[in-house]
Amino acid sequence: MTCDEAKILLHALLDNELDAGHAREIEAHIASCPACAAELAAQREMQRVLADTNLRYTAPDRLRARIEASLPQPQRQPSRRSVLRGFAMGSAVSALAASGVVAVVLRQDDQQRILSEVVSAHLRSLQAGHLTDVISTDQHTVKPWFNGKLDVAPPVIDLTAQGFTLVGGRLDYIDARAIGAVVYRRRQHVINLFVSQTSNIEYRAPKTETMQGFNCRRWGNRGLNFWAVSDLGADELTEFVDKFEAAMKVNVEG
Amino acid sequence: MPGTDDLQKAERFREAALPYLDDVYTLARYLLRDASDAEDAVQECYLRALKHFDSYRGPAMKPWLFAILRNVCNAEYARRAHSHAAIEDTPGAAEQTPMWQETEASPETEVLRSRDAGAIRKLIDALAEPFKETFVLREINNLSYREIAEAVGAPVGTVMSRLARARAMLRAAWMAGEEHSR
Repeated sequence: MTCDEAKILLHALLDNELDAGHAREIEAHIASCPACAAELAAQREMQRVLADTNLRYTAPDRLRARIEASLPQPQRQPSRRSVLRGFAMGSAVSALAASGVVAVVLRQDDQQRILSEVVSAHLRSLQAGHLTDVISTDQHTVKPWFNGKLDVAPPVIDLTAQGFTLVGGRLDYIDARAIGAVVYRRRQHVINLFVSQTSNIEYRAPKTETMQGFNCRRWGNRGLNFWAVSDLGADELTEFVDKFEAAMKVNVEG
Repeated sequence: MPGTDDLQKAERFREAALPYLDDVYTLARYLLRDASDAEDAVQECYLRALKHFDSYRGPAMKPWLFAILRNVCNAEYARRAHSHAAIEDTPGAAEQTPMWQETEASPETEVLRSRDAGAIRKLIDALAEPFKETFVLREINNLSYREIAEAVGAPVGTVMSRLARARAMLRAAWMAGEEHSR
């Protein structure tokens, strides 16, 4: 490796963007080249100082309000009195919302990342040949396929009678862990049901979120986390989750 | 009176795009170096994003918004044409300025004095495009190289070399500033 190459690649090393092979190459170069070693140390120090400094700007509240106002709003014909009341309420509500949003955004950062990984995995699965590792509409074929591949085999339930056809199963990686994906189809729409184990055995009610134009309904039950992702409308995805949970209940109790 | 579809779309858009308002505004401030121009640009960016939200299928929301903001800012640069160049490579710019000699004077002996945020922001503001944009997207908005490549429509290798160049220029400016203040 030449110094010119190293002086570009060392930035990718600083940013954790290199694969193991390239990282080893540049580290070997740096170990034998004092000039590049000094450059790396200098850049690392600058990065550290920059990371300790708040260089972000905060959007002014009026900008947020201008953007909110430009979105389509539900409009009624308000009386003059309710306009005034709305104004007073509105500022209290938006102050609350503003502080609440910060807390929620911070706490959900991790969940947002996982949601975005789930949606990416869904997108990948839609590419030709990536949807299923085991193709079968028979739950008694799909379920044993997962055994030994995962710590916990996901529940595989045939919902054909309820209008959701079981297509197969697949191994996927979310949050750096192998997890099971059970694949269903309704009309031309694919539903990926991702299932992972969790230490949290409490029931968490289903909640729909939207990312990149896909609906994702996530819930937790019986020590498992579920994410159902599809381009189906929110109502049909809700129907899917309801029918899945109902069938699970029958399986467990029956 | 907007229809139900419009309202649902607005709600989905609000949830997907508004959490990134500070990120978009931060990039606009660095690109335009003016608070009120930045506000106008961000508002225009969100209007355009809403308009195209139906056709949006990825990449991730943040790079997508940044890509739209860039287009808005390029229009603003064109309007200000007398004082700024657009965010494009000037042909041969990389050859005209030597890339590495800035920090070759025994960097191991030089230690950066910490500076307050205002001073660092000024140093970043003074970087030339497209290096400033790449630097801000990586160092302040925390995008991966791949996401930067998506946002600016350039290959990852180009992103990497622009970033190397931006950091070398920033460090040189930083050190130069320290010599003045000594």
